[in-house]
Amino acid sequence: MSQGDLLHVVTGDDIGERRRFIGKALVWGSFAVMVAAFAWCAMARTGYLAWELANWRVALYAYLLWATCLCIAQVVLHGEQGKRTLFVLPATLFVVAMVIFPLIFALTLAFSNWNLSAFEGPRFNGFDNVRQMWTDPFYWNALKNMVYYTLAILVEYSIAFGLALIQASQIRARKFFRVAFLMPLMLSPVAVSWMVGKSMLEIRFGPISRLARWLGWDRPSFFGDPEIARLTIMIMDAWTFIPFMMIMLLAGLQAIPREVQEAARVDGASGWRSFWEVTFPLMLPVSLTAILIRIIFKLKLADIIINVTSGGPGGATDSVTSFIFREYRDRSNVGYGTLLAIVYLVLIVIAITVFMKAVDRWMNPRH
Amino acid sequence: MAEQIFHDHSSDLSFKAKWYAGRVAVYGILIFWTVVCLFPIYWTVSTSFKLAPNVMQGHMIPFVDFWPAWKGWDSLGLSPRLIGQESTVREEFLKRFTNSAITSVSASVLAVVLGSLAAYGLSRFRYKFGFMRNPDISFFFLSQLILPPVVLALPFLVLYRSLDLLDTRIGLILLYTLTVLPIVIWIMRDQFQSIPVELEEAALVDGLSIWQAFLTIVMPIALPGMVAAFILSLVLTWNEYFFAALLTSTDAKTLPVMVASQTGSQGINWWAMAALSTAAIVPLIIIGVVLERFIIKGMAAGAVK
Repeated sequence: MSQGDLLHVVTGDDIGERRRFIGKALVWGSFAVMVAAFAWCAMARTGYLAWELANWRVALYAYLLWATCLCIAQVVLHGEQGKRTLFVLPATLFVVAMVIFPLIFALTLAFSNWNLSAFEGPRFNGFDNVRQMWTDPFYWNALKNMVYYTLAILVEYSIAFGLALIQASQIRARKFFRVAFLMPLMLSPVAVSWMVGKSMLEIRFGPISRLARWLGWDRPSFFGDPEIARLTIMIMDAWTFIPFMMIMLLAGLQAIPREVQEAARVDGASGWRSFWEVTFPLMLPVSLTAILIRIIFKLKLADIIINVTSGGPGGATDSVTSFIFREYRDRSNVGYGTLLAIVYLVLIVIAITVFMKAVDRWMNPRH
Repeated sequence: MAEQIFHDHSSDLSFKAKWYAGRVAVYGILIFWTVVCLFPIYWTVSTSFKLAPNVMQGHMIPFVDFWPAWKGWDSLGLSPRLIGQESTVREEFLKRFTNSAITSVSASVLAVVLGSLAAYGLSRFRYKFGFMRNPDISFFFLSQLILPPVVLALPFLVLYRSLDLLDTRIGLILLYTLTVLPIVIWIMRDQFQSIPVELEEAALVDGLSIWQAFLTIVMPIALPGMVAAFILSLVLTWNEYFFAALLTSTDAKTLPVMVASQTGSQGINWWAMAALSTAAIVPLIIIGVVLERFIIKGMAAGAVK
């Protein structure tokens, strides 16, 4: 990722002893308050104190106080430099509180047995969850499905590329077609599950079933057979997200200078050859970005599956997310679900790193 | 009539035929895909005006095949006949609608504010937090994209339970902000990098502080980008189902959760479901048609460097 121009300003800040002391006092004072609040909550909640505390809100407020004091102290301590830090600090504190802390919490959760609907609290159970995962055919099945779902992106990509090429060429009513093509992306997956999955694909009265019968498929059934059910889910998901890739690719196509294609034409390249030897290579970086983002969205796939098939038939359409959702719904065991999710995250990080490294190797073979 | 003297060469004529064939193919594809994209919407909207026999006989075109009826909208309490009367269903619907609107708008605003500030800082200044330098901080934010929601879902369920934030709008808003923040930062960083630094340098020479320069000079220029980021966040958060289904139950339930819970119970009451789905997708369809420019700008921002 390229860095833009940086703004270089020299500022003469004169920060006195007193000001420095106030700043430090602010940070450490509020930090002490936060630690105290956490300790107090922890003790009250576990029963060491006679005080009954309904929840951990106090700790949350203490964190907010500390975050605010930290921001103020930046300016007090560092003057102009501190004001610049102030741009990034709020977002950082937010993300740390919302991601890093829950992730650490998730790690402890993953190795415990905790039924939320039962009265007793979490119970540490070591690697029991891992062992259970190892022998859980449904989880491995869901992972395998995710591979299929991800591979479907290649088909989506070619369709999106084709549509983007047409959109970039000389056509009339371009704006109308662009808005029309964008529409599926605006619809919520839940509405799509009903609109397409439950009504249009309904076996007796759905228009697509009628069409299928008219085309000679005697007894259309879109969710009976595992292979067909998976394919149907893929198509529904593709339907919503093809516009997304199409727009990214269209932006890429429009950024290619016209002269390049003209030069290819003057040199006598046919349409097909100029596409494969000029347009396509120039589009590679944009294509890879689009595919990467699409993969990231695909890995979250769940809404449609939960609402249309809830994983059926026999787990054939399960994605990891929908499987964990169901696992929690049925057993309300947060520990096992969290472990599955964390394993999923680790697999994703490995896969994406390998993917990006491979792409990097391939794009810049020298390094 | 004089005889035609100049003829097109036969090879040119064949070229012309080929050109027409190409046009027909291109528009054929365009129209086919338009139908693929718009038919489900048309089907849903038209079904909301159908009666049971219309659905079963597969009637498609209003006023020709079937006569529109308000039955579906009656069941939502939103038909002209019932709009003046008390209706518990309508109240329920409006409550979910308000919940969705409040959560998605607040989360998008919060994300755009936090994200723009961070993106501006990262595109202009050099930071060093411990071992983290600018590229590391950018990566720290953008890598959140990879995080699937399911990893955070169950820990948040437990955390929110102990913070008493389950089934509250504020809890959802915070989570939604988190999910769209990396996208906003990505779009906005691109925006700020395209604004020349000389603008701020001039402003600083003229005696503005860096925050004044940001608020009065840079922000107005970056406003279209911010709107794009806002709209994109709005679309994503309005449609979010997974977290809402896990973390809300009665008070803060959003529209997608309501739609999902109705699908199971309504059975073959297609007109009612169609009316509900229509009502749920109409706001975004309007946004899509009116603000299409911004959505495309937002999505294109990351694609082209």
